[in-house]
Amino acid sequence: MTEALKIEGLQKTYENGFQALKGIDLTVEPGDFFALLGPNGAGKSTTIGIISSLVAKTAGKVWVHGVDIDQDFPGAKRFLGIVPQEFNFNVFEKVEDILTNQAGYYGIPLHEARERTEQFLERLGLTEKRDTRARMLSGGMKRRLMIARALVHKPRLLILDEPTAGVDIEMRRSMYDFLREINAAGTTIILTTHYLEEAEALCRNMAIINHGKIVTHRSIKDLLRDLHKEVFILDCAGDIPRSLDISGFDVQVLDDHTVQVVIEKGQDLAEVFAALHDRGIPVVSMRNEANRLEQMFVNLLEQSA
Amino acid sequence: MNRYEQYIAFMTILRKEIRRYLRIWSQTLLPSAITMSLYYVIFGNLIGSRIGTMGGYSYMEFVVPGLIMMAIVTNSYANVVASFFGAKFNNSVEELLVSPIPAYIILCGYVAGGVSRGLLVAIIVTAVSLFFTQLPIHNPLLVILVVAMTSILFSLLGFVNAVYANTFDDINIVPTFVLTPLTYLGGVFYSLDLLPDFWAAVSQINPLVYVVSAFRYGMLGVSDVNITFALAMIFFCVVLAYGYSLHLLRTGKRLRT
Repeated sequence: MTEALKIEGLQKTYENGFQALKGIDLTVEPGDFFALLGPNGAGKSTTIGIISSLVAKTAGKVWVHGVDIDQDFPGAKRFLGIVPQEFNFNVFEKVEDILTNQAGYYGIPLHEARERTEQFLERLGLTEKRDTRARMLSGGMKRRLMIARALVHKPRLLILDEPTAGVDIEMRRSMYDFLREINAAGTTIILTTHYLEEAEALCRNMAIINHGKIVTHRSIKDLLRDLHKEVFILDCAGDIPRSLDISGFDVQVLDDHTVQVVIEKGQDLAEVFAALHDRGIPVVSMRNEANRLEQMFVNLLEQSA
Repeated sequence: MNRYEQYIAFMTILRKEIRRYLRIWSQTLLPSAITMSLYYVIFGNLIGSRIGTMGGYSYMEFVVPGLIMMAIVTNSYANVVASFFGAKFNNSVEELLVSPIPAYIILCGYVAGGVSRGLLVAIIVTAVSLFFTQLPIHNPLLVILVVAMTSILFSLLGFVNAVYANTFDDINIVPTFVLTPLTYLGGVFYSLDLLPDFWAAVSQINPLVYVVSAFRYGMLGVSDVNITFALAMIFFCVVLAYGYSLHLLRTGKRLRT
């Protein structure tokens, strides 16, 4: 089956000489929910800009569902739905008109464009705001409008550049549900985000980009499996002696009721529970010190630097 | 995109443009009606009555075609420059750039928007002029042809200005310092016959002279320049402006990184 997105040797050097992309290779399979991660200035938005034609590449090849953008960019664009980082609609237009116009830009007849507009207004909870000028919407609603606009021509590949930035938790969760739903219905999704727990919760595969290079490109499960160390914080009911020592484990008492344990690959956390239980210290709750993906992310960035 | 889809995309842009200027009609349509009414009153009635005839017509009759053309020029230009620069400014132009619409359809959509506003204002200004004078039409086909080509030309020039503009000030520089002087010096208020030979010759490089003269010929049957040459000049400018605008859009000058 043809890849939803295939990138080979993609390079971008800006006029000021800054090399934003240094030859990246990337493949996203159809139906995937893919995370493109990286720190600020890593090259994520440049990559998306090239795919969507807003940035001219210096070298390399890009195919969208098998269509080479150098041969038939309009053909490739038909498959694409883009949700950029910044709001880029006309804030003086009505919500409904923004969606209907967008459908028109893809050659969808007006009656059908209106039906689709209706459908996406409803799905993204914007029906009541249909006659509102876009500038009057809240930040979260503007984000939803951007997603609705990107979907109104029913693209096969949806690219979201930090779609939940500045969105409250409730709205973020409902957005996650919506994205999962459209992904389950067959739309391939590429997501860039700063929230690594977002990538972990939504995506199956990922690539990390740093200084214009792909640092890693694999499934999130595989990546996490390779994480050799994990740090747990245990909240205990009884008093923990400062001198607590559990043989074979790196243990650090944080306060009278909290202990930090580093579990290395092959070690069993149950042994720590048993040791504490034997000392009369019941564990009440447990949490990861940091998001695991975040830890891996930081490790990989450090290695690549 | 097939032809039908391109037509839908074109109509979408045109509809959006018409909706835009109708929404702000007090800024887009009304000022021309008021300004031209003042011109009719001051130049046509008050001063014109003392001037006498020009080219065999009363001064009022002589000046009206030039004023109608001035309204078409300024409104076609203003519509495209404001709309396209606005789209650039708020990044909504990206909606078009990331879509599969061919560059020429985007350009034609914006130009059609400018032409439609130019024509609408021309109708309003012509209607207002009928309160002051009667308007003969010597050659209706020529009138239509000149109006169409002129509004297309200045819509295209508005597009070029919008592409190069970085700030809202930049979209006012050309109308203020280029367009308005050229219009005033293009024979709107006087016949080139009144100028000394040197200035009459200099006027020949002003494209507005051909636009105004050709339109006046269509209305009154009198002209300062050869009509065939004037039409050829306007057409040449249209082709040149279209080619350059399309080049800007295709290469993404100041639109893509």
